[in-house]
Amino acid sequence: MSSGSIVSSTCARCRPVKPVSVAAYPRLRAVAFRVAQSIPVVIGVVVISFLLTRTLPGDPAAYFAGAAADEASIAEVRKALGLDKPLIQQFFIYVGDLMQGDLGQSISSGRPVATDLASRLPASLELTLTALILSCGIAIPLGILAATRPGSWVDHLCRVLVTAGVSLPTFFTGIVLIYVFYYLLGIAPSPLGRLDFIYLDPDRVTGFYLIDAALMGDWETWRGAAKQLILPAITLALFTLAPIARMTRAAMLTALSSDFIRTARAAGLSRGTILYGYAFRNALLPVVTTLGMVFSFTLGANVLVEKVFAWPGIGSYAVEALVVSDYAAVQGFVLAMALLFVALNLVIDLLYTAIDPRIGFSSK
Amino acid sequence: MLSVKDLAVSFQTRRGTVDAVRGISFDLAKGEILGIVGESGSGKSVTSYALMRILDAGGTIAAGEATYSGIDLRRAAERDMRDIRGREISMIFQNPRAALNPIRKVGHQIEDVLRRHARATRQDARAKAIAALRAVRINDAEARYDAYPFELSGGMCQRIVCAIALACDPRLLIADEPTTGLDITTQKAVMDLVRDLIRERGMSSILITHDLGLAAQYCDRIMVMKDGVIVEQGDPVQIFSAPQHPYSRKLVDATPRVGESIRSLLPPEDRKAELPHHVHDRPLVEVRNLTKTYRGSSGPVHAVKGISFSIKQGQSVGLVGESGCGKSTTSEILVRLMDATSGEILFDGHDIAGIPAQGFARNPRRAEIQMVFQDATDSLNPRHTARQTIADPLHRLGGLRGAKLATRVEELATLVGLPLPLLDRFPHQLSGGQKARVGIARAVALEPKFLILDEPTAALDVSIQAVVLNLLVDLRAKLGMTYLFVSHDLHVVRLLCDHVIVMKAGEIVEQGPAQDVMSNPQHDYTKTLLAAAPKPPARRQVA
Repeated sequence: MSSGSIVSSTCARCRPVKPVSVAAYPRLRAVAFRVAQSIPVVIGVVVISFLLTRTLPGDPAAYFAGAAADEASIAEVRKALGLDKPLIQQFFIYVGDLMQGDLGQSISSGRPVATDLASRLPASLELTLTALILSCGIAIPLGILAATRPGSWVDHLCRVLVTAGVSLPTFFTGIVLIYVFYYLLGIAPSPLGRLDFIYLDPDRVTGFYLIDAALMGDWETWRGAAKQLILPAITLALFTLAPIARMTRAAMLTALSSDFIRTARAAGLSRGTILYGYAFRNALLPVVTTLGMVFSFTLGANVLVEKVFAWPGIGSYAVEALVVSDYAAVQGFVLAMALLFVALNLVIDLLYTAIDPRIGFSSK
Repeated sequence: MLSVKDLAVSFQTRRGTVDAVRGISFDLAKGEILGIVGESGSGKSVTSYALMRILDAGGTIAAGEATYSGIDLRRAAERDMRDIRGREISMIFQNPRAALNPIRKVGHQIEDVLRRHARATRQDARAKAIAALRAVRINDAEARYDAYPFELSGGMCQRIVCAIALACDPRLLIADEPTTGLDITTQKAVMDLVRDLIRERGMSSILITHDLGLAAQYCDRIMVMKDGVIVEQGDPVQIFSAPQHPYSRKLVDATPRVGESIRSLLPPEDRKAELPHHVHDRPLVEVRNLTKTYRGSSGPVHAVKGISFSIKQGQSVGLVGESGCGKSTTSEILVRLMDATSGEILFDGHDIAGIPAQGFARNPRRAEIQMVFQDATDSLNPRHTARQTIADPLHRLGGLRGAKLATRVEELATLVGLPLPLLDRFPHQLSGGQKARVGIARAVALEPKFLILDEPTAALDVSIQAVVLNLLVDLRAKLGMTYLFVSHDLHVVRLLCDHVIVMKAGEIVEQGPAQDVMSNPQHDYTKTLLAAAPKPPARRQVA
């Protein structure tokens, strides 16, 4: 039906004059559209996180006034926190502050929530990303191998590893790793945060210790940070291995049984080209989808790992804030996560269009 | 050039070993085009995969020899086979769109083959790929180089598959059902192209097809396969005029040809006298200025552009055209599964175009207009037995319950010739022909006045198509139904229909009595369609 427009766009693309701008323009518009689509989501998150924190059981004023407080001092604290005002007014104050980039003051840590998040979010991201890179590095090749030889020992090994990884709870794997590598073998450093106290924190640029240390050229600190990172990263990686390996295997099996693989074989293409150039690129789409999902749930669910390794991450921060009804901190956390997920989904959508030319043509 | 001796192929499955090919022998001379004809499951495709050694997992050459120019294809190392594939022996496949990597530019896919067989370097690959595109007569080859398969039509995709196969000048081309799923004019264009290229380059070729007529037109020699063995081989004219084996005779009979009646599709012993059907003067369905416009991403798409026709009670009307001509849209609007943009549909004198399709299931006329769908497999609920499928409309629209329902279902099964023990089977336990019967039984369950048949035999083997078509003819006479038969196959339409409507690009280009349109077409498009259909050699009259 729309062959006319398609033909003209393909012709436009192969014209030698500035092919990038022609191809990039609709893509840019698509990006802008996707970003615009996320605005209502963010507004919704602001409203819901505000309301949810208000419905939490427990009274922060009573908590912070202390055990010996009487009615009057609790009321005083409540007034100081601004909790005596009507709900709608509290909301507008909150939104007004938000507009100025002020996420409020954490009552438990006594610092602005924005500062807390800025120090803790990179810690969580560094851990999660390292774990995912590690996990992909093992899971994807394993999935491909398992798909090329279904029923072989590689396939069975893949299945065993995947089942073990997903069935052992992360805190258990973490503790076992600490017991073996720290207590018994003494290879790993003590599981106390991101950097041993003998090192100084690297100058803050990105908040990722590995990157900051590398930027400074301080390889000593880099090694120290890496040592701290490796055990919690392995713990998380083992847990995330399962969905990625499974999806890679399934997607590769589907791709390898497609008609176009038979065409490629009949044309005498080499095994490598068929496997990676043809099958794997087609299998990437579901793998990327899974990766996005795994990333989101790990980021939210790595509280246990953070606790076991005393990792100053965002998950443990949120749990602590929730326990003491620290409204500003909880709202800040929820908002930060929501923004992160919106960004993540955007990145995944863009990856789709990069992988699959069919997407983007049909999008309206 | 190619010599096959006692070739046997077997597959290891969970239910034991299955012998797909059971000892076949043939030779192929240089420059010869050999046709392998058979119905599904005859082992014709497996034979070609075995020659290329690209059998699916579990498939092995169990016995026999296959020699190509002195090379033992059965025992050659995999590395050598990879050099032979694409450079010496190439293949083109059915369903061309799926046969191309969907996310790689077609030009790059051609380059992959050229580079693999060292026919091009990084510098000249692009130029050579474009030359390969030109060789398969693709217009504007340079622009097409950057196209992805989803941007091209089916016929164009098949040309690309040909370009990939022929890029390295192989000496043998195996074409596995190269035109299945393509329109009839596209089929002719692709087949003519393949034949011309084969002749120009002095190549040999094996054409694998289920269409005996197509094979007869393009091949020097035909082999008929059934259940993994060759039952007959010889010259096409000879096979058509005097088939020796009962199976090839059955196939020849079942292939629709000019000047044959619908009963002659069946084996002689099954030919009963055709029951007459009565065409009344009163129109049952009148369509006036029917239009359908879709909102497309690049402006409105006019699928149906104001068509008018009428169908008399008891008449069988054929609606013919190629994909995208609007025939499926028209039939879906008539069966009230889709709403028209404008226009009237008078059914029995009442306008039903105004009743929204969504609520038509609750309309009393629902029972009077029914449909038989194209794909017998996909249009049956896989979790319902044949009995449940047939009972469904009786139960919902007819209000039948209990013993009455059971009796009626069995009556219907008998009517469509479905053995009663099969009623409790699920679709996957039935053959293609049996599934078609279930679909027909479901459609006629409520004795509709008007039955729309959307390519009901397109997915069936020819011998089964013959049986199903004859069943439809019998039912028409017994139940006095009016048919709208939607098809792309003019031969089939001619056999079944009194009146033919030819559609092109949303418009009716020609309509009239079937015999007139077929023997004396007025519009150029109808002439093109008729000319494109494969013409099997006339059969010598067998007493």
